[in-house]
Amino acid sequence: MACDEYNDLMMGYLDEELTAEQKRRFEEHLAACKQCAAQLQEFRQLKAITDQVTLVEPEDRLWQQYWDGIYNRIERGVGWIIFSVAAILLTIYGGFKAIEALIKDPAVETTLKIALLALLVGLAILFVSVLRERIFFWSKDRYKNVRR
Amino acid sequence: MCSVCEEEVVVMVPARRISRDEFAAIVKKYMKNAYFTALGLVGNRDDALELSQEAFILAYRNIRQLNSNRKFYPWFYQILRNVCFSHLRKTRKRQRFSLEELQGQEPSAGVDDCFTPHVVAERNEAKDAVWKAIGKLDDKHREVIILRHFQHLSYEQIAKSLFCSKGTVMSRLYYARKRLKELLSTKKGGDRDGV
Repeated sequence: MACDEYNDLMMGYLDEELTAEQKRRFEEHLAACKQCAAQLQEFRQLKAITDQVTLVEPEDRLWQQYWDGIYNRIERGVGWIIFSVAAILLTIYGGFKAIEALIKDPAVETTLKIALLALLVGLAILFVSVLRERIFFWSKDRYKNVRR
Repeated sequence: MCSVCEEEVVVMVPARRISRDEFAAIVKKYMKNAYFTALGLVGNRDDALELSQEAFILAYRNIRQLNSNRKFYPWFYQILRNVCFSHLRKTRKRQRFSLEELQGQEPSAGVDDCFTPHVVAERNEAKDAVWKAIGKLDDKHREVIILRHFQHLSYEQIAKSLFCSKGTVMSRLYYARKRLKELLSTKKGGDRDGV
């Protein structure tokens, strides 16, 4: 077996993760291969220094406020959803009422009323078209559960 | 920090929303693991805090996807790594654009420059160099180094967290450590040249 085929075993040997059989096989190779023995020594040094690197423990305050931060963000998320839905409903309602008032107003010119109706019909067609397209692609999308 | 190896299965009743207190208990149990893993993946404290919290929020919203017989942490780890890697991708993309705009000027800091040694405890030159070199590794190689050296996971646990075989873990660790060795020897060489 070439040395390359022992690379993975070398990691397992270094981290004491090999089975007895794998360990015996690797030690046999190690006894006969100076190159791998030297490489193992270098990896031992690297492992020793890497194991010494520890990260600064943040202040206790961070851990005490950690859950509060998550809870506040979850709560705000719900708040934003409710706010957005209400804002959309109010806008639709207000818009509908304003258009209704304009159409019923005899002082407003017929051309403006027709233009307004055409605008509404156009918007409705666009909305239905986009919605149908989204629903169609969503139901056919094989990768919808794959995170991008 | 709690050991993810000894974690129990979080029993979830299907189609039931987890209560706030139950989820708070889960967060408090794993927050340190989540924060330090994110810190290892993205390199700076503010992002690590923000991203680890975001991962918990996503876990809360999708907890019904967790089967009753699956452990919480490996499932949560998938969310955490996706959030961190997605953040890194966006950061790199932003930097590429700003670099294109600023052609001819001084380049802005790279993602690996987020790996400032301020987060390293009891600092010395060697530890700083190792931390900087970890920041220069590919995402998947940095990930195995963080899980092995900073989270102290066994090969079996790393394999479960990454949904791969133990052989793949050993192989990734080999290439990660080899690259780390090269980066550190380049730095030593560079320092000598500079003297």
